[in-house]
Amino acid sequence: MEQEALLRVTGLKKYFPVGKGDLFKPKEMVHAVDDVSFEIKKGETLGLVGESGCGKSTLGMTLLRLTEPTAGQIWFEGKEVTRLSKGEMRSLRRQMQIIFQDPYASLNNRMTCESIVGEPLSIHKLYTGRERRERVAYLLGKVGLGAEHGKRYPHEFSGGQRQRIAIARALAMNPKLIVADEPVSALDVSIQAQVINLLEDLQNEFDLTYLFISHDLYVVEHISDRVAVMYLGQIVEIAPKDELYSSPIHPYTEALLTAAPVPDPTAKRKRVLLTGDVPSPIHLPSGCRYHERCQRRQVDCLDGVPELVFVNKDHAVRCRHF
Amino acid sequence: MEKLLEIVGLKTHFFLDNGVVPAIDGLDFWIGRGETVGVVGESGSGKSVTALSIMGVVPNPPGKTVEGEILFEGSDLLAYDAEQMRRIRGKEIAMILQDPMTSLNPVFTIGNQIAEVFMLHGGKSHPEAIEGAIEMLQVVGIPNPEKRVHEYPHQLSGGMRQRVMIAMALSCTPKLLIADEPTTALDVTIQAQTLALMASLKDRYKMAIMLITHNLGIVAEMCQRVVVMYAGKMMEEAEVESLFANPMHPYTRGLLRSLPGVDRKERRHQRLVAIPGIVPNLLNLPKGCRFSTRCEEHIGICKEEEPPLFARDRHRVRCWLMKD
Repeated sequence: MEQEALLRVTGLKKYFPVGKGDLFKPKEMVHAVDDVSFEIKKGETLGLVGESGCGKSTLGMTLLRLTEPTAGQIWFEGKEVTRLSKGEMRSLRRQMQIIFQDPYASLNNRMTCESIVGEPLSIHKLYTGRERRERVAYLLGKVGLGAEHGKRYPHEFSGGQRQRIAIARALAMNPKLIVADEPVSALDVSIQAQVINLLEDLQNEFDLTYLFISHDLYVVEHISDRVAVMYLGQIVEIAPKDELYSSPIHPYTEALLTAAPVPDPTAKRKRVLLTGDVPSPIHLPSGCRYHERCQRRQVDCLDGVPELVFVNKDHAVRCRHF
Repeated sequence: MEKLLEIVGLKTHFFLDNGVVPAIDGLDFWIGRGETVGVVGESGSGKSVTALSIMGVVPNPPGKTVEGEILFEGSDLLAYDAEQMRRIRGKEIAMILQDPMTSLNPVFTIGNQIAEVFMLHGGKSHPEAIEGAIEMLQVVGIPNPEKRVHEYPHQLSGGMRQRVMIAMALSCTPKLLIADEPTTALDVTIQAQTLALMASLKDRYKMAIMLITHNLGIVAEMCQRVVVMYAGKMMEEAEVESLFANPMHPYTRGLLRSLPGVDRKERRHQRLVAIPGIVPNLLNLPKGCRFSTRCEEHIGICKEEEPPLFARDRHRVRCWLMKD
């Protein structure tokens, strides 16, 4: 079953300048996203995992051009997003929405739940008056909130309920793609499960496509169809979920998978314990970015950054030794 | 096992303008010498307030420990005056917190901060104390400790800072280490390093650990016994294998079921089983069992009367369903 790609990204880069630099000293750059290419098919969920600072959130923001990419192309339904004017971009954003991690920071405290969810409708001049109120009530219903919640302010809701409001807001425009940036990380486990179920139900009902960004490998395993692993601004491995979790190829993926504690006291673990920290994204290591921490390092790992190579049709890895 | 710390009928309440919040509402459990006990629960369950109560650092006002005993090696810490408590804190019982950035002082070098412990509790001179600090940094696996000892917290990564916190906590070889979400702010690979370090140091110093966490994976890996808390009360207590294999309280069962990744092979493609509803407001607790509003197995009495702890198969369970 070959589906068309809803979103295609090629050679995407996003660098942030640090400090000023001068005539004799070039500006230093944070290589937040560095040569990322991937596709998301219609109706699928691509999970994006990685440690803090690996560039996963920047990637999410760059896809919607909430921050402008430094280089590379983004294609959405065959349209090159990176070439659109501001106005065109604004109307395209109806199709692409984002949900953020912290539901305490992403909702305006001085707006009622109703006006938060309704705001995108007025910005895009889609519904007015009674229609708008009906649409908002419908959306709140879809995310499991009642009409009586409409007049309340964010502080009157719990974390899980706030995240539901953020989801309703993202749904308001009938988007095709939702970038969910750590949507359940701030929530307690019992509430986390509620929100994950909700996201899955909405995906089925509205035929949504998700880019699901998270550092929680179990959550990603549960919700994704395919998973991409990021390290220092690059995708080091991308594969269908079952394949990635059962037979990871990249040594970093392997280390990441064994590092997550298993909620089973009888489980036997062979853990790959990484030494050291993630290197600075400003002064990148030469050669393979992972070589300093790699348990399978060899001499030629220092010769330039390895390419992302396809092992089979769906499984690509950025490592010379597999 | 000999009891190192025993908490009896502890109540710590917060007196606010709009009412009294019973953050801990009658808590009984103990920690044996050299034992690791996990305290799990969702936010607002009272895990951290338990830690603060043991250390005697509940912010007052509005908080106050109103009832109960905290017996450490048999003597009640709640009866101690400030001076006596100061001698216990950091020496006999040490604590590490979730966020290593806010728990280190940004204007002192990490060496000076660790050295302070040696000077206050060990009566050492400053140069001796710095020597001690270097040694501790070595113990927690910080490379190049002679150089690092003169650095400030902002020069270290999150994982390194947490190692510094652990070094500081262990400087006086405490008998009990209270670790409040010690790895929550860290990445998984760094979390794995930190947990491995804590496990090896526990063996080396033969100390007991009270490990507060919301992560059941960490509990499974590190703990011998588990206390499950909900809205200020202990709901279940059992040995770790038994708790995971045979959870008896509906809340414990719900928590385990709502985890993605348990029984991976079979359940991978299934829907998660969430616990419905939300944690009750502590200012306005439901009548009867405080979990009854979210419990799918509740019976008549649950909404009438608060259940006591029932002992069954070496579990202690606060649930009417356990009544014979």
